[in-house]
Amino acid sequence: MLDYILKRVFQLVPALLLVSVVSFSIIYFAPGDPAEVLCTGPDGNVHPKSVEEFRIKMGLDKPLHIQYLIWLNNVLHGDFGYSYRSEKPVFDHIKRAFKATFKLSVVSLIVSLVISIPLGIVSAIKQNSTMDVSCMVGASLGVSMPNFWLGLLLMLLFGVYLNWLPVAGYGTGGDLEHIILPAITLGTGSAAVTARLMRSSMLEALGQDYIQTARAKGVSERVVIGKHALKNALIPVVTMVGLNFGYLLDGSVVVETIFGWPGLGRLIVDSINMRDYMMIQGCMVFVAILFVAVNLIVDISYRYIDPRICYETA
Amino acid sequence: MINLKTHFPTPDGIVRAVDRIDLSIREKETFGLIGETGCGKTVLGLTIMRLLPPSAAVEGKIIYKGKNLLEVSEPEMRGVRGEEIAMILQNPTTSLNPVLRVGEQIAEAIRLHQGLNKRDAKEKAIEMLGSVRISSPSRRTSEYPHEFSGGMKQRVMIAMGLACDPSLIIADEPTKGLDVTIKAQIIELITKVTEEKAMLLITHDLGVAMELCDRIALMYAGELVEYATAREIFDDPLHPYTRGFLGSLPNRGLVPIHGMSPSLIDLPRGCRFHPRCKHATEACRRKHPDMVEVEAGHFVRCFDA
Amino acid sequence: MKQHNSHFIDFVARVRESRSVIIGAAVVVLLSLLATFAPQLSPNSPAKACLDDRLISPFAESKYPLGTDHLGRCVLSRLLYGARISLAVGIIVVGISATAGTILGVVSGYYGGVLDALIMRLVDATLAFPSIFLAVAIAGLLGQGLVSVMIALVAVDWTRYARVGRGSVLSLKEKEFVESARSLGESDHYIMARHILPNIIAPIIVVATLGMAYVILSAAALSFLGFGPQPPTPEWGAMLNAGRVYMRTEPHLTILPGLAIMVMVLAFNLLGDGLRDVLDPRRVVIE
Repeated sequence: MLDYILKRVFQLVPALLLVSVVSFSIIYFAPGDPAEVLCTGPDGNVHPKSVEEFRIKMGLDKPLHIQYLIWLNNVLHGDFGYSYRSEKPVFDHIKRAFKATFKLSVVSLIVSLVISIPLGIVSAIKQNSTMDVSCMVGASLGVSMPNFWLGLLLMLLFGVYLNWLPVAGYGTGGDLEHIILPAITLGTGSAAVTARLMRSSMLEALGQDYIQTARAKGVSERVVIGKHALKNALIPVVTMVGLNFGYLLDGSVVVETIFGWPGLGRLIVDSINMRDYMMIQGCMVFVAILFVAVNLIVDISYRYIDPRICYETA
Repeated sequence: MINLKTHFPTPDGIVRAVDRIDLSIREKETFGLIGETGCGKTVLGLTIMRLLPPSAAVEGKIIYKGKNLLEVSEPEMRGVRGEEIAMILQNPTTSLNPVLRVGEQIAEAIRLHQGLNKRDAKEKAIEMLGSVRISSPSRRTSEYPHEFSGGMKQRVMIAMGLACDPSLIIADEPTKGLDVTIKAQIIELITKVTEEKAMLLITHDLGVAMELCDRIALMYAGELVEYATAREIFDDPLHPYTRGFLGSLPNRGLVPIHGMSPSLIDLPRGCRFHPRCKHATEACRRKHPDMVEVEAGHFVRCFDA
Repeated sequence: MKQHNSHFIDFVARVRESRSVIIGAAVVVLLSLLATFAPQLSPNSPAKACLDDRLISPFAESKYPLGTDHLGRCVLSRLLYGARISLAVGIIVVGISATAGTILGVVSGYYGGVLDALIMRLVDATLAFPSIFLAVAIAGLLGQGLVSVMIALVAVDWTRYARVGRGSVLSLKEKEFVESARSLGESDHYIMARHILPNIIAPIIVVATLGMAYVILSAAALSFLGFGPQPPTPEWGAMLNAGRVYMRTEPHLTILPGLAIMVMVLAFNLLGDGLRDVLDPRRVVIE
């Protein structure tokens, strides 16, 4: 097992190196001299003295590939540089933002699964019923709905008209009442995708021969569905959790911005608006590593869930 | 079984998979049901178990121990399945649940019907695996189906069928897709374990049926065309289809029956076998023959017999 | 030719059965017509501000059927012109990324080796980023404007075509007709253009239709975040962002642009899902 994990991690190295190159070079998309750019404040003023100082301090006077190697070396040692705005280490910001994003993602994932799995199962069992059709229409709407729009509508309904929940903010530490609306907003899209997948994989499982075997044993329909079919049907859904996580991270950019949730998505949007370049680089690298790591974990756990897959041979 | 019909309405017409079948299986008897692929054998088995999709229209009666199985309630039927009548489905590879341990799949029915607790049921499952001659059964119960070979999966299916000691077993193609030596072992195993039980053996393999069965029925295009003791079918086949089937056995010259079995939607008028029958007459083309008893216990559906 | 014809009839028959293709296509056509004839259909100029007519509710005045925004601009006109922008962004981005991605994928799958490894690592690296993060970073750093948004979206969107293209080529490469073409001494370019491309067009169309939905939605999201076109441009995401300030009093400024985005995205999703079923890859015609 350990061999397999090491092998997989090793396979990721080239992609991660490229990720670092992309993240590093991204600041060159911005017009202007990077040293100047890195020393430019939100007011647009460049401080000439600090530029020279900074250029030498950051090694920006050196050739590009050397710059990259210095930066990469720092990143590998957990040094993502300093935020222009707060003058605190980028990594501190990222850590704090990650905590908020993690919290939101987990709650959203729970919301998503709680909605999608039962609906997918019911739709599959009662195929072509009114229930099924309305679930699938709902799923189509959920996939196509812009999450920023959904977020604003929920805000309007629960925050403004009904006045049940706070419209935005984090509370003292990501309180429940603050997390509900963003989590529903973020969870809906992935719930729609998961419900469809759950339905189709449940339908497939119910058509298999082993379902007949279970029925032939005299097992009740509830056990047939809940045990024999569900266990098989959940496998693709679990694999999807990794993809779902990407979906949630993607959505967090917009949702966190709307709801003022201090996570990674908002951090990167703010950093871009503030032209806080080291922060942008740091966020990009961190998010990519996070995403890749989650997919790796899902891939490994998948092998525990599906006994047919044997990791030695993979 | 009296006048049993199973029809499936489909967009292309009604599929008459099982059409007016009368047969009875005695206690402790092994009864062979033989026919080509697609003649309705498996559907007949599933009809008895009431495992067909709700779209299937079933008529007639299935009397088991004085009860009409087509009239009992679904919960009562669940009590029959597995405990009274067990079905060993074809294709053990797809009929075993890939994500459940083999032991659990056997123990499930035991817990359900015999009310044993988890540990006792597991013990029983190990015992069952041993009885179908799987070596080191206690280790094997905690393995998954993909770790078993084809022949062993078939043994597991048999163990599962026998787990609750049913009085009737419906075995659907238990020897399909197995190579000769494994096939022989499975036949031997079936002979042994079903000594005390009634069995309906569904197969397209006449050789297997000859070896295992007391009586044999031949099914063609959804209906029975001949039935008698295995001996008589073998020595004195009356229906041209039976003769054709026997003639296609390896030791009888491998003569194939020409043509294809008809679609169960668009059945030929008259005798259903006449388009493929060498002895077909004008009467065969026009009239559908009835089942007649030519000798005691030997029924055949042919004008010529 | 006759063979071709019967496949086509078969295709038409399946399209007729597919409700989602019909609904999706109908809405796409309708939206395209609205976008094309936006100048004729719009009651007012989409960009002209009229400060006397600020924040009028829908259906309140016949001059502004769907009301006005905070600068007194006609919402209906802006929505109609917005359809142009969304469709144009979708078509341009999908056009470029589908062409480039497919070519890269086909080349990668056909030649294999170092080139394949290189292209695929690039795909891996792009996919390692959650796509909006990458798009936001690129669009944000390139500066405000539709062009930045489009470059950013091409940068994240091309991978899906590359993967589909490569996968199809790998399976086609083993097929007899490619083998025989090669044994006849046909050049690689000819084989790719003549034998391989026609066979991967169906899956690419499906992916591109779904890609339209994704690109339109993402472009609106980027504009919503403020990385889109400059203010007077009637982009739906930007309209939504400007309107949310007045959410309490004038909710139509929030609701209408979002609805428009959803309808367009939904139409492309339905069409793509339906086409996928109709053009079932297993039934792809092999000449």
